[in-house]
Amino acid sequence: MNSRVGYIAFNTFREAVRDRVLYNLIAFALLLSGAAILVGEISIDIERLVVVNLGLTAVSLFGVVIAIFIGIGLVSKEIDKRTLYTVLSRPVRRWEFVVGKFLGLTGTLVVNTFLMAIGVFLALLYVAHKFEKMDVWVLVALYFIVLQFLIVCALALFFSSFSTPLMSAVFTFALFVIGSLAEDLRGFARITQGVGGWIATAIAYLVPNYSALNVISQVAHGDAVPGRLILYNSVYALLYSAMAISGAVLIFQRRNLK
Amino acid sequence: MSARRRANLVAIAVLLFSMTGAMATLYAIDHLRRGSVAQEALYVRSSRVLRRMSLGYTGLLADIYWTRAVQYFGERHHSGSGDFRLLAPLLEVTTELDPRLLPAYQFGANFLAPKPPSGAGLPGAALALMKYGIEHNPDQWRLYYNLGFLYYTELKDYGKAADAFAQGAKLPATNPFMPILAARMAQHAGEFDTARMLWFTTYQSTKDELIRHNAVDHLLALQVDEDVTRLEQVVEKYRDRTGRLPASMGDLERAGFIHGTPADPKGHPYKLTADGRIEVQDPQNIYFITKGLAPGVAPPQPRPAAQPDSK
Repeated sequence: MNSRVGYIAFNTFREAVRDRVLYNLIAFALLLSGAAILVGEISIDIERLVVVNLGLTAVSLFGVVIAIFIGIGLVSKEIDKRTLYTVLSRPVRRWEFVVGKFLGLTGTLVVNTFLMAIGVFLALLYVAHKFEKMDVWVLVALYFIVLQFLIVCALALFFSSFSTPLMSAVFTFALFVIGSLAEDLRGFARITQGVGGWIATAIAYLVPNYSALNVISQVAHGDAVPGRLILYNSVYALLYSAMAISGAVLIFQRRNLK
Repeated sequence: MSARRRANLVAIAVLLFSMTGAMATLYAIDHLRRGSVAQEALYVRSSRVLRRMSLGYTGLLADIYWTRAVQYFGERHHSGSGDFRLLAPLLEVTTELDPRLLPAYQFGANFLAPKPPSGAGLPGAALALMKYGIEHNPDQWRLYYNLGFLYYTELKDYGKAADAFAQGAKLPATNPFMPILAARMAQHAGEFDTARMLWFTTYQSTKDELIRHNAVDHLLALQVDEDVTRLEQVVEKYRDRTGRLPASMGDLERAGFIHGTPADPKGHPYKLTADGRIEVQDPQNIYFITKGLAPGVAPPQPRPAAQPDSK
């Protein structure tokens, strides 16, 4: 990796840690340990399901919130503090700045997810007293969640490259909601005729498909995730985030920072 | 005292006062609106709407609805209320959100089917729930077992119970008792033996302590029902032979009908009443018995009845 991109990524990670982003782990730990202990008392026979469903949902939602709220400020904060001018006055290209910021934020989320994953597996061990073969699929679901973060981070960065932080947050969150309902949108496009059908199909394929990346319910029941889905989702997430980052770079290159 | 310190103390006092006050007020509100919480929890009855609102995190929402159903049933059952009108919708939403949540079918049907106070007295809803479960989990023998159990215990439809057990017996992963149960249902033979086999299957197919206890309670109750039936037949035989009712168990023993004083599974000797009935000494100690009770005494119901879990 380009060393300048690496430095920017590392500094973005360091800044996020300094901003106490990882404090969310405390809330996560409390939530999960509370659920693991309490659910056996208030429900029947779903201890493992709750740990997987709640654990992975929390990993996903905490991560998405972090991705949105840090992602939207990555560029604007640097402009407000005028640190961007210092960075760009050095031999750093604008695309390197954008890519570095993206990698730094996704790196933060990967570390965060890794720590949360440890929590999920500890809670699983607590309720089931042992690991089972099917727990491997929980790792796949976590991997898909990381792919989801790649897209959210890329989109947050894309919107923040031309919009205010508030509007960027609104756009990114709206796309998260729409993308989570992508299956419905595709179904709607299928039954719509004429121009409306074309437009709906175009939108359905343009918005990020987060629903394909959500296999939480499936792995909670111990169902296997097909290898082909893992491959396609990986390719899709990489391509989609590359698309959004390219857009962010294109806009940022043309942006008048004076 | 400095102004800053004074401000801090006032802030702490206000914080503690408002926190306590808020909790007390909420407590009062809860009492004021008792019974309405569950209704509100079901304000969204459409699983389609919930599915969309959950943004794909349906598994967690199904777990929440299932827990709500358990709490709702437990609360109503405990309070002795016969009003279970939200139970079926709660279970419907749960299983539509996650059609593979097996405990919701297995326990849910058992909450719905029995007559109050043991259950909601809605065998039709229980049947619909089980059929929905089988439709979405056709490879789960336990669901066929639960369906057969339902037909046998609540609906007394032995033909359909036999069909359910037979279908479950055909699955690649099944329980060895399933074909035997199917055959017994088809013959409609040996009520006690069949019931015993059902509860034994329940016992050995689960690791859940609550269900195991429940199965043991039912097995003990069956033992009592069988003992009482047999002893009352013996009393009849004695009367046929002597022309009078036996005055005590000793009379039956001297006549050679029994050996020793028969006792219930908890070790208490059975009582012979003046009118020739057999009664258990401590009916509050043996749950689910249908025989051996003094007239007007209802058997105690310890906790919601249960069937095999998904383990």
